[in-house]
Amino acid sequence: MIQDLFSVTVLIGILASGIRLATPYLYAAIGETFGQKSGVLNLGVEGQMLLGAFAAFYVSLKTGSLWLGLLTAMLVGALMGLAMAYVTVNLQAQQGISGIGFYLFGLGMSDLLFQKLMPTVETIRGFPKIHIPGLSDIPGFGQIFFSQNILVYGAYLLVPFAWFVLNKTTLGLKIRSVGENPDAADSLGVSVARIRYFTIILGGTLSGIAGASLSIALLNVFQQNMTSGAGFIAVALVYFGAWRPIGVLGGALLFSMVNSLQLWIQVLGIPVPSDIAVMMPYVLTILVLVATASKVRAPSALTRPFEREV
Amino acid sequence: MSVLKKRLQSEWISRFFDSLLPVFATLAALLIGAVMLLFLRVNPIEAYAALWDGAFGSPNAFAETLVKATPLLLVALGICISFRGDVINIGGEGQMIVGAVFATWVGLTFTDLPGWLVIVLALLAGFLGGAVWGGIPGFLKAYFRVNEILSTVMMNAIAVQLMNFLLRGPMIDPSQAQLASKIPQTAPLLDIFRLPRLVPTRLHLGALIAVILAILVYILLWRTTLGYRIRAVGHNLHAARYAGIKVQRYVVLALLLSGAFSGLAGATQVYGVNYRMITDGSASGFTGSAGFNGIVAALFGQLHPLWSIPASILFGALLVGANKMQRVVQVPSALVIALNGLVVVFVVSSEIWRRRRQRQRLSIGGVEEEPSPPTQGKAGQAEAGS
Repeated sequence: MIQDLFSVTVLIGILASGIRLATPYLYAAIGETFGQKSGVLNLGVEGQMLLGAFAAFYVSLKTGSLWLGLLTAMLVGALMGLAMAYVTVNLQAQQGISGIGFYLFGLGMSDLLFQKLMPTVETIRGFPKIHIPGLSDIPGFGQIFFSQNILVYGAYLLVPFAWFVLNKTTLGLKIRSVGENPDAADSLGVSVARIRYFTIILGGTLSGIAGASLSIALLNVFQQNMTSGAGFIAVALVYFGAWRPIGVLGGALLFSMVNSLQLWIQVLGIPVPSDIAVMMPYVLTILVLVATASKVRAPSALTRPFEREV
Repeated sequence: MSVLKKRLQSEWISRFFDSLLPVFATLAALLIGAVMLLFLRVNPIEAYAALWDGAFGSPNAFAETLVKATPLLLVALGICISFRGDVINIGGEGQMIVGAVFATWVGLTFTDLPGWLVIVLALLAGFLGGAVWGGIPGFLKAYFRVNEILSTVMMNAIAVQLMNFLLRGPMIDPSQAQLASKIPQTAPLLDIFRLPRLVPTRLHLGALIAVILAILVYILLWRTTLGYRIRAVGHNLHAARYAGIKVQRYVVLALLLSGAFSGLAGATQVYGVNYRMITDGSASGFTGSAGFNGIVAALFGQLHPLWSIPASILFGALLVGANKMQRVVQVPSALVIALNGLVVVFVVSSEIWRRRRQRQRLSIGGVEEEPSPPTQGKAGQAEAGS
């Protein structure tokens, strides 16, 4: 059975689902990267994802429009982000703990709405696979990279885009300066509050999409606590990726490839206890954090509220 | 004299107001909950009446509240220690699970020993299990600079899988192993290993142990060198290092002790409530999310071990009452999880007023801030450095 793992079809399957599984992590972790680059640790990602996943699923189910569902998820995420921004920027609350608060809120709220609004478990036809003409016909390769749904493509396009915004635009410069030295940024006329509001709301919006990608593109159902820790993994991936979109991409791919491998091991019936297999990506994440943590430097003002000296 | 008196009075009022902030935060959350209930077309008064009745309506209900409050308090005590040391422990769920696994193993292995001895050993094993699971992220933070928020969250996920593996495999109830259902649970503990009940309800000795430990943690934090050093590291890391405190050691200790209390919470769940270890495959299937809710209770109790007692009772009441609310007005008990989240957000948000008044008090009073020991009620925020 072990040798089954190395047949071409299975390898293609593992890679293709690895690429696909990275989607929610990418959206959420890229969003989180923006927030952390500006000095705000948002631990509420999981809650934003859950509410986004529910909103997307419910609205899609009721209206029949996946795009409307996606839009609602973005809106819900943005609203959660707005609340988070107010609490961390204006009220200068402890970011880690308020994030846990928002997580619990999203967890309870999505469960409450799910139980109240949807009497039965339903499934949905999510975003269909788009075969990119020409490219998707390349044997193996095409199946892995060019036969995915639109949200998957979107997630991978987001990475270079985020890199460009953070490193090549004035906005990116402002974000980074606010995260490294808010006092200096402030004295140069950059509004620390406005930048942080922007990044946290952007992060919330992307977390909303991340949730939607689970409920209306990858799994096409909604369940209580369906993200099961993905939001926290996304936060870890930002550290993992050393606050660079390309690093986040690497981390997300590594994590989801291991996850995909573990799923295929179970599908093929290879005698590894499934619980131990499911554990592996988390153990790996810790190990990589151990290997990288002391080599990289976080944005200096991360988790520090900004207050103008008077 | 009269100026001094006035000053003292206003300081007293302002401190009193500070201590009420969590209460306001809860009221605000309940108010938002009422609005949500109205949207769900449920009469909020009816819903909250059911909640109250479910939590305090009868001796049995109140006992249930205290049973639910016990793990919350134990987790909260650990949170008091770690957060005071400026170490954020989100790993209560995993630490409870590992503590429970250790404790259960003791009960299932040493069946020949006298009951009281096994109970003592099991609680110690729970303490140890939690300490191991908290100590690992502590060690990684202190010596490899791995962010403890992330590592504790990962450790939660790992603990869940470990529990599922053990309860479906090596530790499964032999009678379940033959059934098709294969419910993930261990064999039941011997009757003599059960924690004694205090009054003829489900209230067990664990509640009393938790209260005693609350007093001990208070003494630990404010009356011992160890506690002082943990708080000093939390208050101002650089100053502590400069004062010759081996900072890394106390970071590890803060997380290790914090985990130990959660582990004990897990052990009391097994020996006082379920009399076996059982889950539905998720973390909350065993812990009832006490690992998270304990954080809420500790924050609500302003990270003070003694104030954590009423705080835990309050959240125990909310959780128990939520079940009744679900039965009476058909509002899913998940509402209470959402409200707990809001309480956390409101409590940490309201800190700003406390800090402002503290600063005001200092500037009006003209009294120098005592450099040591660190002022009470100052959580996390490393403002001391500026």
